[in-house]
Amino acid sequence: MFTPRSPALTRYQWRVGLASIAYVAIIFAVGWLFRHHPPAGVLRYPVAALSALPIIAVFAALGRYLVDEGDEYQRMMMVRQALWGTGGAMALCTIWGFVETYAALPHLPLYFAAVIWFGCFGLAGCARWIDR
Amino acid sequence: MKNRLKVLRAERGWSQIDLAERLGVSRQSVNAIETGKYDPSLPLAFRIARLFEAPIEAIFTDETESH
Repeated sequence: MFTPRSPALTRYQWRVGLASIAYVAIIFAVGWLFRHHPPAGVLRYPVAALSALPIIAVFAALGRYLVDEGDEYQRMMMVRQALWGTGGAMALCTIWGFVETYAALPHLPLYFAAVIWFGCFGLAGCARWIDR
Repeated sequence: MKNRLKVLRAERGWSQIDLAERLGVSRQSVNAIETGKYDPSLPLAFRIARLFEAPIEAIFTDETESH
């Protein structure tokens, strides 16, 4: 009982897959570089920021999907899923920040906001899949 | 908004997948419209009306009109 997969969704999944592979490769490469041959001076900043590029690519892929998707209902469902991801991540990061300040939770690096976003986005995707 | 999509589809012996293919949308979209979980945009409503050769008002009913 499935209609053919939307081409926009297929392209989105390919882009996310490629970005995920790039993320693993870059995170290991940058980690290795900083452990064994740490870049000096201002070069440290762009090299360290390299790890963020695949994450940014995933957000860009989501934006591209929303532009490309011709099925308005699927587009609306993806927007809703992204809003759950955003709302959940904002809420959890805010809670964590206050508890960190007042009750000494360990400090989380800021890039965990994206990790939490992906977690909330994924959970919303599961709920969407169950409810379809 | 209420609609007669399920009835019109059944009259033609189409499955949700058949209708989805004719409209160029997913089966989930057809299901969401039929069950009233999603109101289609005006362009999609026109596509549905053209497919069933009926005016939009014969397929979709604004529930607030009856009050």
